[in-house]
Amino acid sequence: MPSNPKDFLSGVFFVGVAGVFAFSVSGLPIGSSTRMGPGYFPLILTGALALLGVVLIVRGLRTRDTAPTPVHWRALLLIVGAAVVFGVVVRPLGFLPAVGLTVLLATLASMRYGPATSITVTAVLVVFCWLVFSLGLGLPWPLLGHWLS
Amino acid sequence: MEFIDNLALGLSTAVSPENLLYCFIGVLLGTLIGVLPGLGPIPTIAMLLPLTYALSPVAAIIMLAGIYYGAQYGGSTTAILINLPGESSSVVTAIDGHQMARQGRAGVALCTAALGSFFAGTVATLIIAVFSPPLASIALTFGPSEYFALMALGLVFSASLAAGSVVKALAMIVLGLLLGLVGEDLYTGLPRMNFGVPELIDGLDFAAIAMGMFGIGEIVRNLEDESQRKLIVEKIVRLMPDREDFRRMIAPIVRGTALGSALGILPGGGATLSSFAAYSIEKRVAKDPGQFGHGAIEAVASPESANNAGAQTSFIPMLTLGIPSNPVMALMIGALMIQGITPGPNIISEQSTLFWGVIVSMWIGNLMLVILNLPLIGLWVRLLNVPYHLLFPVIVVVCAIGVFSLRNSEFDVYTMAFFGVIGYFLAKLDCEPAPFLLGFILGPMLEENLRRAMLLAHGDAVAMVTRPVTGILLLVAIGLLVLQILPMIREARREIPLE
Repeated sequence: MPSNPKDFLSGVFFVGVAGVFAFSVSGLPIGSSTRMGPGYFPLILTGALALLGVVLIVRGLRTRDTAPTPVHWRALLLIVGAAVVFGVVVRPLGFLPAVGLTVLLATLASMRYGPATSITVTAVLVVFCWLVFSLGLGLPWPLLGHWLS
Repeated sequence: MEFIDNLALGLSTAVSPENLLYCFIGVLLGTLIGVLPGLGPIPTIAMLLPLTYALSPVAAIIMLAGIYYGAQYGGSTTAILINLPGESSSVVTAIDGHQMARQGRAGVALCTAALGSFFAGTVATLIIAVFSPPLASIALTFGPSEYFALMALGLVFSASLAAGSVVKALAMIVLGLLLGLVGEDLYTGLPRMNFGVPELIDGLDFAAIAMGMFGIGEIVRNLEDESQRKLIVEKIVRLMPDREDFRRMIAPIVRGTALGSALGILPGGGATLSSFAAYSIEKRVAKDPGQFGHGAIEAVASPESANNAGAQTSFIPMLTLGIPSNPVMALMIGALMIQGITPGPNIISEQSTLFWGVIVSMWIGNLMLVILNLPLIGLWVRLLNVPYHLLFPVIVVVCAIGVFSLRNSEFDVYTMAFFGVIGYFLAKLDCEPAPFLLGFILGPMLEENLRRAMLLAHGDAVAMVTRPVTGILLLVAIGLLVLQILPMIREARREIPLE
């Protein structure tokens, strides 16, 4: 690992993103400086991003800093998964089951939940969201989706 | 007198029952999230953004503004009582505020913070009222090249004021600018950088990104350390400062207000930066700097005034130029856009009720906050006992509901999740999300103005930069950039530990 992994890795990330975006705009007309095409400004930006990335890579190799703290995979997967699940099930299963599943998954991310507290919090939040969003704010989503009704 | 007429118009708007109610909801919510550590104004405003669609434009902005400055009040309570900043802008308040609390002077510290904030809020409201109209009339003479230069300067400013590494902040800005351009090109209708994803033709959704980075990503970061913090809430004995306290707090409050008002207007500025700057200045001018860190009342009065002043004056560039100086203001622009209002120099004349109503409501909101915070302090203290693990599932699910309700699109939910992951990993690498969001909102505006400016200048960059205002602004931007980059090349620059 380079001596300054945070700078090095962020530099690699920025150069990589710059490359991907440069490739994706490469087919677009660049135009002239008077009439800039859709590719003109993005290309300038990808160039700048790549340059900054390279600076960071160089700094990552030549300076010294602590390594990033370890990734908390369990929390990351469960929290992000909880959000994704909401999008997946909100139409087929409906609003209330989506809220329930999302909250349940999210609580699993914390060490402070046992099965009982998890289910209690889920039940409370399902009722809360029904009260606030369906009754209170009148969001027009079916409470139960077409798979359940 | 026009000024009085304007304020009268604002007052009549702000005291309508509906607007008073939303002002109250806003400052109440703001205090609440300010008190709770781990939930800040950015995800809160992003979550509520879709719901403001149902409100009138005035009520929507009044409420969202209340959340922002209300959070400055609430944040200080947590900082003083349990030595944990509820808000990034009250980090420095915790240093001496908590020391005061341990000496049995928690009530005095809270009262100082509230009085300082109220004074700052009053002055900042007047500053907005006095300076916005002339600024807007100057802005009316600006063409695309001036706007381009102004935004470029703003972005450079925000990078140099950002916490941590300037190169990383610049890279995050450029990344934001790029992602802001994703979607259909306005001039040719060609899809850009959408990687064949049809949903991306309309571009990425700003609220989804803000909730992802500041909501989802932040939760994962908070869950990394779940070791039970033993919360020792200091007792509040006496609320009112004595005569000696008053004597000592007046000058710092005035200094903090002046500094915060100035830094709030700067791009990249706002509440957090103002409070840090106020603390270091106060330490420099103190007769006895040795008291700092041991419960100096000056070190509470000045930063707390500064963060409130900064929070409020950052509305000036947003409202009069349509240029956000920080992510919260970018969200405000989003809220106005939802209502079909484009902020800019015309907003004062075309939306005068909205403009003056919002300004006067800020003062009313500040008054409400003093009342909410001082007599009801016991209530807020009890809130401190709400553990984070009960809080975060609520944030996750409300974020998901909020982002889905924007356009009834699952895609926006996935966007939020994706940027939660990106935000989490970038934060691990010390890349701050705030400059990214600023770049994201400015990307399309920057390109649009550059294209128009170059078209007007017939493609001659020299002709563009020899327009006096454009030239000066760009020169300052480049100068600032060079000042920032030069020491970096020599690798001698010690990073300032801001946050």
